[in-house]
Amino acid sequence: MSEGTLYDKVWDAHEVTTLPTGQTQLFVGLHLIHEVTSPQAFGMLRERDIDVAYPELTHATVDHIVPTDDRSRPFKNDAAERMMAELEDNVREAGIEFDDPTTGNQGIVHVIGPEQGITQPGKTIVCGDSHTSTHGAFGAIAFGIGTSQIRDVLATQCIAMEKQKVRRIEVEGELGPGVGAKDVILEIIRRLGTDGGVGYVYEYAGEAIENLGMEGRMSICNMSIEGGARAGYVNPDETTYEWLADTDEFADQPEKFAEHKEYWESIRSEEDAEYDDVVTIDGSELEPVVTWGTTPGQGIGITDPIPDPEEMESGDADVARRAQKHMRVEPGETMAGYDIDVAFLGSCTNARLPDLRAAAEVVEGREVADDVRAFVVPGSQRVKAAAEAEGLDEVFTEAGFDWRDAGCSMCLGMNDDQLEGDEACASSSNRNFVGRQGSKDGRTVLMNPRMVAAAAVTGEVTDVRELKGVSLA
Amino acid sequence: MSDVSEGPADTVEEVTGTGIPVRGNDIDTDQIIPARFMKVVTFDGLGQYSFFDQRFTEEDEEKDHPFNEERFQGANVLVVNSNFGCGSSREHAPQALMRWGIDAIIGESFAEIFAGNCLALGIPTLTADHESINALQQWVDNHPDEELHVDVVRETVEYDDTEMSANVDKAQHKALVEGVWDTTALMKANANAVRETAESLVYVADDEIPDVESADD
Repeated sequence: MSEGTLYDKVWDAHEVTTLPTGQTQLFVGLHLIHEVTSPQAFGMLRERDIDVAYPELTHATVDHIVPTDDRSRPFKNDAAERMMAELEDNVREAGIEFDDPTTGNQGIVHVIGPEQGITQPGKTIVCGDSHTSTHGAFGAIAFGIGTSQIRDVLATQCIAMEKQKVRRIEVEGELGPGVGAKDVILEIIRRLGTDGGVGYVYEYAGEAIENLGMEGRMSICNMSIEGGARAGYVNPDETTYEWLADTDEFADQPEKFAEHKEYWESIRSEEDAEYDDVVTIDGSELEPVVTWGTTPGQGIGITDPIPDPEEMESGDADVARRAQKHMRVEPGETMAGYDIDVAFLGSCTNARLPDLRAAAEVVEGREVADDVRAFVVPGSQRVKAAAEAEGLDEVFTEAGFDWRDAGCSMCLGMNDDQLEGDEACASSSNRNFVGRQGSKDGRTVLMNPRMVAAAAVTGEVTDVRELKGVSLA
Repeated sequence: MSDVSEGPADTVEEVTGTGIPVRGNDIDTDQIIPARFMKVVTFDGLGQYSFFDQRFTEEDEEKDHPFNEERFQGANVLVVNSNFGCGSSREHAPQALMRWGIDAIIGESFAEIFAGNCLALGIPTLTADHESINALQQWVDNHPDEELHVDVVRETVEYDDTEMSANVDKAQHKALVEGVWDTTALMKANANAVRETAESLVYVADDEIPDVESADD
């Protein structure tokens, strides 16, 4: 069993009691909700005549179904309008703060928490969304829950769960030019497998992680779940504190900040902490990673050959064969040169300001390739406004990208932003599952935001390091 | 059970019925229920969308899939391979399977959030090794009309003349066998202890903690 890790300390601080099931009743410090997974939970509460116990600790936004083009009400899609209206009723009745699109604070739930400062080190954070692991970037213990658990949290501000093991993943060395957080996490999932993290919480550490800004750390923690780990975190440090000092929660409140910082420092993993497992990866060896298949674990370096199913174990081989047939790729080829029809720059993985800046740098002075649909969906209204203040919107639109409003969009195709037919998409999102982007024949290639930009302007999967005049800093 | 949304009230010590195999590793929740069917505010009627894109073409013609096969209609024990239910946290996935008729799932391994969601609905998720699962899938395939017996208490699956051991996670075992799974009621009873925990945390402000009356009602 682990001992002295951030996970152990935060767990202990939030442990209410042990339940008859043997599970721990764990206090939830921040509950985030959105329109897709919460309405049924509110319905369950109503049936049992239970009020929301700690409404101040729940925070709502709308992201999955919200249109990214015409957002006038009622939404054109009736089902989307119904879900929005239901959320509005639920939060009003319960007294829950709601960042709807009129506030200027709306966005993807995993973008808005951090930017407002309500995502903090040492908090337990849950949401009916598997990418809640994102918030671990701040040293929070954050994970996705199901709707019945949302009911539990609304009713009691607690969840029932068992403690997990902790695996420390040390990414040593410096990342090379054009290699970013997304490449690190895709490589981790490739090595440890899509189910390698089941039963574990991942602690990301090492020079390459420490050198990342908060956005990069979020990209990594975000995809913990794609490796089977329900939560992943980075110990808080000066980078974390600098981010928090500027947020709504702490700006101009030095006393509050100091008091909280004392707690944040106290929950860092000890130097001599014990882990259930330790894995080391040399970050300096990595190149931009792209996926060739239909799980996030099916990734390769951009110059590497697509693996041969004949050389895999039977279960993996079956999955790989089906994936290669779906994607229409052959073992031995590289992914460079794979034709794309759509470029999607968005999602809770990669739609924050530095992601857009990096992509814009690649796009500047170039044009989206003929026959490619390219669009940018900023992670939040604040990200959008900040990008516009820097003129990034003009860089993108002049190149032929659509510049949209904030939401989950084509990451999962619950609004009108969907692949059509067998379109191939260069995507900065997190899942390349069959059907994920709205078309069952659609083909998704996951990659970092710069690589999406490179694919958009060349019309094919491209090693961004080979494009001229891109600094890749 | 009259109202599934309230959660199961009794124990689930065993499940008996015919089986249905769905083969393949890493079957994600987008496959179990595509996101476009989640534009709903209740779980009613989700059963028909189970594995929808695996079952139907763009033109709504049936594809080869066990859920379409006549011989498996009425089956209630699903047999799967590894990392079943990976991906999104959507409870819509086990809800859809349950509403299609599934009462228990046996597999090589399950994604954690999925298994937790199943437990909340009273659906046991049992695990066994690759060879045992393959053998069971083959048997079910050959004997779609014959019943198998999932014994949650003893952690076994009996079929034909075979008794196969299958693992049930400890907390799941306790919840299902002793019927202590109304976690809402269990945890609500500890409102005072919850308050104490909240008060001990630096980041929870006093005015964010409800007064005693409303916490203990």
